[in-house]
Amino acid sequence: MKDRGYTGKILEVNLSTEKITEITLEEEILRKYIGGRGLAAKILWDRLGSRWEEIDPLGPENLLLILTGPLTGFYPGARICVSGKSPQSNGIVGSTVGGEFPVELKCAGYDGIIISGAAKSPVYIFIKDNDVEIRDASHIWGKDGKETIKMLNKEIRSELEKKYRNFGKWKEPGILYIGPGGENKSRMAVVMCKWTHAAGYGGYGAVMGSKNLKAVVVKGTGPLPEVYNPMRMRFLLDEVYRVYIERDGMRRWGTGSGGYAVGYISSSEPVRNWQEEWHDEKSFGVDKFERKVWVKRYWGDYGCPTTCLKIAVVKTGPYAGAITDNPDYELQAYLGTNLGIFTPEENVYISALIDDVGLCGINAGNVLGFAAELYQRGILTKEDLNGIELKWGDAKAFAKLIELIVKRKGIGDILAEGTFRAALKISEMKGVDVMKYAVQAKGIAIGAHGIRSRLDYTTPISYVCSVQGGDHTSVARIPIESHGSEVVRAMLDSAVICIFNYFGKPKLFWDFFEAVTGWHETPESWATENGLRIIQIQRAALLLGGPDFSWDPKIHDENPPRFYEPLPTGPCAGQAADREEVEKMKKEYYEKVGWDENGIPKSEVLLKLGLKDVDEALNKVRRRYK
Amino acid sequence: MAGRDGQIWIMRDFIKCSGCRLCEIACSLAHEGKIWPEASRIRIFMLVPGIEIPHLCTQCEDYPCVDACPVNALSVNKTTGAVIVDKEKCTACGLCIQACPGKIPHLHPSGKYILICDLCDGDPQCVKVCQMGKWNALWIVPRSTVEKQCKLYARTPEEITKELTINLYGKFGEELL
Repeated sequence: MKDRGYTGKILEVNLSTEKITEITLEEEILRKYIGGRGLAAKILWDRLGSRWEEIDPLGPENLLLILTGPLTGFYPGARICVSGKSPQSNGIVGSTVGGEFPVELKCAGYDGIIISGAAKSPVYIFIKDNDVEIRDASHIWGKDGKETIKMLNKEIRSELEKKYRNFGKWKEPGILYIGPGGENKSRMAVVMCKWTHAAGYGGYGAVMGSKNLKAVVVKGTGPLPEVYNPMRMRFLLDEVYRVYIERDGMRRWGTGSGGYAVGYISSSEPVRNWQEEWHDEKSFGVDKFERKVWVKRYWGDYGCPTTCLKIAVVKTGPYAGAITDNPDYELQAYLGTNLGIFTPEENVYISALIDDVGLCGINAGNVLGFAAELYQRGILTKEDLNGIELKWGDAKAFAKLIELIVKRKGIGDILAEGTFRAALKISEMKGVDVMKYAVQAKGIAIGAHGIRSRLDYTTPISYVCSVQGGDHTSVARIPIESHGSEVVRAMLDSAVICIFNYFGKPKLFWDFFEAVTGWHETPESWATENGLRIIQIQRAALLLGGPDFSWDPKIHDENPPRFYEPLPTGPCAGQAADREEVEKMKKEYYEKVGWDENGIPKSEVLLKLGLKDVDEALNKVRRRYK
Repeated sequence: MAGRDGQIWIMRDFIKCSGCRLCEIACSLAHEGKIWPEASRIRIFMLVPGIEIPHLCTQCEDYPCVDACPVNALSVNKTTGAVIVDKEKCTACGLCIQACPGKIPHLHPSGKYILICDLCDGDPQCVKVCQMGKWNALWIVPRSTVEKQCKLYARTPEEITKELTINLYGKFGEELL
């Protein structure tokens, strides 16, 4: 698979047997599944599909996949995809994260890593080109993100300097790691990079923790692999730069302008656990972030012309010492407005804390808001909350609760399971149905883009039919070949690139894909064959689910109850999702994507896509309806 | 060194560096014909996230690296003032690295010869792309206007990181080092 943007090798590390091998994939598999999310679906299905329901996402049988795509490192803005059987949805989530790690990995000669088994004690994997080692990590176990990076940078650089005496100064290696949240297997734990970057949705930090794997560290000294048409690629590279460098608003504020605007303008921002979606808190304007906390205006990952990130620091006051990025819109919303917090300082404080412990800002912000609403309603008391008075807007109180979650102490042990599982447990404990306050889809917190106002990019079925649940970067949409549809997004997550370098001029991406791989795809061709195949595998895995829970489309292809309550405030007050409309759109979506009236992929569609084994496995689900 | 007239220097503002590494891509494409981070003559160090350091030759007025080379593999281009590496002569002994006050040169990943910025013969590609992207972390100034300060910029990544971390993160930066 040389000359198509691939190194042609995937590294396989079995942490139980400590066996390290390399595998090569056939061109036909790569042509169909590309890399990242698509390839993850294929590998997971091939290896675990026949016993999918029995596989414990947090058991040694699960796989942790870390996969680049052919465009990684070439198309501006490098990302890598983390996957496995998700401890949140029990399905497959393609969770991507930016940084230099993916480029280091490819330069070391690998397109990805398959990690199986589980280590007996904490380890990290170190890759220096062809040399791969499993190393003791007991000294970094328990450390937060900042400490982990500091220690590993020091350790690896001094080792390389000693080993290669005349080389000169070594740059830092690429590091993917987990924080204490992942070590303690919170289902909201993420795989982190560069302090603040997270492969968020899916809960793969917990999978990594369950394998006793603290970090993967890589230094690659080779070039990126050859591409199909280098001249064309270099021409397009310049074109892509030009387009994204002109996107001034996105560059200056990143998604950080959303904390105010998505609430005030779009009425689709979670406020106090989605009890509202509108606010006019000018204290939360992006101008405030810019003036009060941003010390670096443009921050980006390898090869990115957009550099939408910013570095934020609180230097004085009660939250002094908090350092994180922007925060981006999702964390402004989930660790800000959703908790009734409306100042940059408090928002940076909570975001930095969440990053340091390695939890997902979205899933954790969702469960914190959920708990606060239960406190507001008197369902959870101060006693239930280990003495915490969980009032809206009290950043210190939320920080205390985060600590309980990370340490799995008291109520924290329940909340660490994420909103859906916590709601099941608390309903049982209290004898009250609290699922109606859980704003999630298929075990995954809904991203900070509501559907009630109709002023955002979302539609009434965005989360209802998504194969990645509440993931706001992978939503169901008609037509399925439209740029906002998750079928098309599956391409971006497979190639693997950043969606923010796609929207300016999508066609450039598809041309670039052809220049690197030599393979022609359009959104239309993709949505009828290769992309659709990935979605069917993800859907099948989601429906099979298990072992602790399996989704029933009749019940769970649905919005959270909250979305049917009318918005109480703002210009869209009174608006809500409409059940009839949702049902109608759902039906239409099922048809377009090839699912039967029960939401199960149709045999004829699967057979046409060459997914005979998926079809057979789904007979188990079909039987549930007979 | 006579004849500085008309020579350029790459001015650098570390705080403005976004860490996008487009300069590394441009450099390795220009010199190696491919994207190759470790073969780039300009390297972005990120020893602490958010603290990105463009590390490249400063063309010191006394060129200690050239003096230190035991095999005359290094020379100064009279027109540009850049240090030129003779790949054939270089034995990869590393003495130029030791002589550099910023330990800026590094070995090509092949291990065969040293890499030092050659100013792209007077048209540095790293500056071009940084300017195109409006980051302004790198830009061109006439060498004559900065002569006395150039060598001050030859510092190790560790030293620059330490100072910049405190600058950007205040006293909280100390724990990160």
